[in-house]
Amino acid sequence: MNGFDAPKIEYFQVSPILIVLGVAVLGVLVEAFVPRRRRYGVQVVLALLGLLAAIVTSVMVFLDLNPGSDSPKSGKVVAEGALAVDGPALFCWLLILVLAVLSVLLFAERHLEGGVLSFAGQAAALPGTEAEREASTRGLEHTEVFPLMLFAVGGMLMFPASNDLLTMFVALEVLSLPLYLLCGLARRRRLLSQEAAMKYFLLGAFSSGFFVYGIALVYGYAGSMGFAEIAQAVVSSTGSEGLLLGGIAMLSVGLLFKIGAAPFHAWTPDVYQGAPTAVTAFMAAATKVAAFGALLRLFYVAFGANRTDWTPMIWVVAILTMVVGSVLALTQTDIKRMLAYSSIAHAGFILTGFLGIRSLNEVAGGSLTGVSAVLFYLTTYGFTTLAAFALVTVVRDAGGEATHLSRWQGLGKESPLVAGLFAFLLLAMAGIPLTSGFTGKWAVFAAAMSAGAWPVVVVAVLMSAVAAYFYVRVIVLMFFAEPIGEGPSVTTPSVLTGTVIAVGVAVTLLLGLVPGALIDLLGRVGVFIR
Amino acid sequence: MSVLAEEGHHVPVVDPGAAGSMALPLVLVIALPAFGAAVLLLGGRLTDRWGHLLGCLTVAASFVCSVILFITILGRDASDRQVGLDLWTWFSTGDWKVQFGLLYDPLSALFLLLITGVGGLIHVYSIGYMEHDERRRRFFGYLNLFVAAMLMLVLASDYVGVFLGWEGVGLASYLLIGFWQYKPTAAAAAKKAFVINRVGDIGLSLGVGLIFATFGTTSFARVSELTSGASGGVMTAIGLLLLLAACGKSAQFPLQTWLLDAMEGPTPVSALIHAATMVTAGVYLIVRSQFIFEYTSDARLAVAVIGTITLLMGAWIGCAKDDIKKVLAGSTMSQIGYMVLAAGLGVAGYAFAIFHLLMHGFFKANMFLGAGSVMHGTNDDVDMRHYGALRKAMPVTFLTFTMGYLAIIGFPGFDGFWSKDKIIEVALTQNVWLGLCALFGAGVTGFYMTRLMLMTFFGKSRWEDGVHPHESPKVMTIPLMVLAALSLLGGLLLLNDWIVDFLSPVTGVAPHEEPPLPAVVLSVIAVLVVAVGVAIAWMVFSRRDVPRTAPTKVSVFTTAGRNELYGDAFNDAIIVGPGKRFNVGLAAFDNGFVDGGAMGTASAFRGLSGRLRLAQNGFVRSYALGLLGGAALVLLALLVVNLG
Repeated sequence: MNGFDAPKIEYFQVSPILIVLGVAVLGVLVEAFVPRRRRYGVQVVLALLGLLAAIVTSVMVFLDLNPGSDSPKSGKVVAEGALAVDGPALFCWLLILVLAVLSVLLFAERHLEGGVLSFAGQAAALPGTEAEREASTRGLEHTEVFPLMLFAVGGMLMFPASNDLLTMFVALEVLSLPLYLLCGLARRRRLLSQEAAMKYFLLGAFSSGFFVYGIALVYGYAGSMGFAEIAQAVVSSTGSEGLLLGGIAMLSVGLLFKIGAAPFHAWTPDVYQGAPTAVTAFMAAATKVAAFGALLRLFYVAFGANRTDWTPMIWVVAILTMVVGSVLALTQTDIKRMLAYSSIAHAGFILTGFLGIRSLNEVAGGSLTGVSAVLFYLTTYGFTTLAAFALVTVVRDAGGEATHLSRWQGLGKESPLVAGLFAFLLLAMAGIPLTSGFTGKWAVFAAAMSAGAWPVVVVAVLMSAVAAYFYVRVIVLMFFAEPIGEGPSVTTPSVLTGTVIAVGVAVTLLLGLVPGALIDLLGRVGVFIR
Repeated sequence: MSVLAEEGHHVPVVDPGAAGSMALPLVLVIALPAFGAAVLLLGGRLTDRWGHLLGCLTVAASFVCSVILFITILGRDASDRQVGLDLWTWFSTGDWKVQFGLLYDPLSALFLLLITGVGGLIHVYSIGYMEHDERRRRFFGYLNLFVAAMLMLVLASDYVGVFLGWEGVGLASYLLIGFWQYKPTAAAAAKKAFVINRVGDIGLSLGVGLIFATFGTTSFARVSELTSGASGGVMTAIGLLLLLAACGKSAQFPLQTWLLDAMEGPTPVSALIHAATMVTAGVYLIVRSQFIFEYTSDARLAVAVIGTITLLMGAWIGCAKDDIKKVLAGSTMSQIGYMVLAAGLGVAGYAFAIFHLLMHGFFKANMFLGAGSVMHGTNDDVDMRHYGALRKAMPVTFLTFTMGYLAIIGFPGFDGFWSKDKIIEVALTQNVWLGLCALFGAGVTGFYMTRLMLMTFFGKSRWEDGVHPHESPKVMTIPLMVLAALSLLGGLLLLNDWIVDFLSPVTGVAPHEEPPLPAVVLSVIAVLVVAVGVAIAWMVFSRRDVPRTAPTKVSVFTTAGRNELYGDAFNDAIIVGPGKRFNVGLAAFDNGFVDGGAMGTASAFRGLSGRLRLAQNGFVRSYALGLLGGAALVLLALLVVNLG
């Protein structure tokens, strides 16, 4: 025994995560040492700079590894096997970071609430008390939302890159805990917001329990936490298949909960509706990317060898998710709840693409792999949904955002631009050609078809038709109904929200018209390493 | 390279050489009017003051380019006169690659001269004719658009390029017929022309589609190489589809009804588009596709029959109408009928179809512009019963119109004599019955044109009160003089069979056949038949006064002619009525069955949604239970698959 060996950390490869977490810590210090009135500016600039630096380093890492080429460097297991930095992980990182930059812009919007953030002035003040009134008259605001969000982003970066079960669990918690908090910080309708946070926390903790239990079972089966070792054990089969199946089931519960798949979706509508809309947008877009990245890695790398065991289970979950999301969205009367159910349906579509798993030698040259299809769909969905929620924040009345669908009646006459953009995004979500939604759906359906999951694709196509009904219903409401007398007004947002909407719409349009570039890039991203 | 057609002569193949120094003028020919149209239509009011001048200038420059090109190929060997220019790949999908390319050969050379030459004259004339119209600049924009599209049509080296020009001229025609859209009749006429042309366009799209399906390409060069190996049935189908296209654009039976209504447009439009150029596009299409028609005698016979029917119908209508422009429109139908008939006669007739097309372009443009000049002097009255004795009031118009008149009836020495005579001769040689019909048509032409002349320029004046006919300004009469000169001299092209030899690289060389009677005898007979027609007209219309209002007690033939041989009634009864009934039925089916099904499905899903919603009760304990249940489900799914 020569004493303690210092762990070897490849700082260059993990620098994006370190930068984001470091800036988050810096943000906490800012809260402690910078005077209150200057915190807003400092925090926003700090968060944006940190994220941009992380984007730059991610690109550098990407270029250095050059994934997809035949070089042995196409990916790297780093930090003593805890993280795997490869093509798909880097793509997730970049996507999450870009979405996070846009989310920061949404978080930083002060124009809509008359000069303050749309987060609670003082979270500790009970709703309806003297303390709350005082906080609002003094114009207090919680600039802690920025470091909280960065912590969540740090977790999201780790999640799809985790190369063993423990790291994955830590990442899951790191990304979840700040989100629980953020959900409860709405400035308006605080009770609803706090209820949402409470529900999210309780159910999240519950599902984490399943996840940990799954870790234990799989460890019992494979004798290791590392994905590579688990994969080895699955191939050589240790004999106690019951442990493995139980483990897979429990791990799935934890991950499927995060992506909001049925029957683990129940929290989604309540939380999406109650949380501040900026947080909802961030969760809907970025969390989904991280969780699907992790799901892909866990199942493709660790359990790829016995995929015939678990694909039927995913078939069931995917079908259930699409049906529940699409059908329940039909009767929603709140725009945020409707978008929540739509996000559930989208999770089902992405799971369809996830079923495109095939062994490498089955993949014909040039055809879409399941990984590429899922990542492509996540890109299209992330930008569209972010812009849609951003548009929800600008339609307001005296009580804040006017989220009840009846209040959107005739919006096309009142403000054709907002209604037009929203209609475009809804068409994209419905998967109408010339929008990214169409190309995304085509990608996942094609991947699933080529892997033989045609019954799921049939259901998916049918559910797309059902989903089109409730998207178009909103368009009809906006454009073909007379405006109600005291309808909501569209508040002109600052350039921050405007940027988010513009970028989201532009990406939605571009990926609909010329998806080729991104599909080529995804072809170069390559496969997971182990 | 050439191969034998079914009759045993050589069918020429499109095999163009490189454009070389001809590339620039070739591109400019189309680009100039296209540029003019873009400037005039996009520039808006900024261009109002000089827009008409720019419009004339672009077409004039285009004419200069056409002349340069023409002189260039005249100096070459006959075998070296086809020039191709590939500009860029228009689109490429799978094995199908369409080049945006131009093909310049003797056929397109003649069309270029006709379109830009006559078009240029009509542009100049329009400066005067449209002087008081506040939208004159837009008019010139549309005219330039038309010229560009028509040039595209005749220069394209690919059926898809032809289609582009084909649709472009259709659009320009629609815009120009309805140019005075405040007149409901003009708006309706524009719509009618557009809709009926769509029927023809279906023929062209299906024809091009079938060409692609059969040969895997749509370029003239490749298709003409491959047609010798295709089956006769397919060639007949392609030929009939192209004939349908030609019927739409060239107002041939049964798609002829739009042309008479199209006279609602300004008269220069009638002259340029609905007489001299666009309506002859069908003839161009058939002659250009000779490498298809040469392999299908059935389709050729159909072409010839359609042409014969139309030439008689047009003449009939021309006899009965009192509207000067509609008489001329009927005559246009009839004359295009001659061209189609000639094109249907195959290799012996192609050159004469084009020859007659050119001559008709001269004399008919001349007469339309003359009619415009007459209308200009009589406050836009078109009813010939309100004219009379105009020869003294408008001497230049009268003289130039007379040149056109002598040309169209085929007075010896004028250009129509040479061209029509040749068609009748070839028709009699190939098919006696068609030839006799054509001969009879020539007599009727003499009758209705003489009627027009007598009612307009001779007799007593029957002018409306307050109308003081006067000669038109120079800017209008000078184009008339040029066209009149061409009507007189155009026949020179046939000197020494020049035009036949010039076109032979495109149309092929006809084997020599003896006409049933010596050619001179046939010519004399034709002239005599025309003289009979003229004489009858003279007896009927010159020896007694023409009533100012049209008599109502007339023969059944006149009534039919006035009603345009019931073409509209036929369309209403056969197409529009059943179509409407079909639509009503379809709407009922849609409302009842389709909507009912859709709404039923929708409410079923809403009901399901309402049930499922109950599970979303807002209690965390229920959600947690659901989560647990879900975990059980997932585990069960795994176990069933693996242990079951």
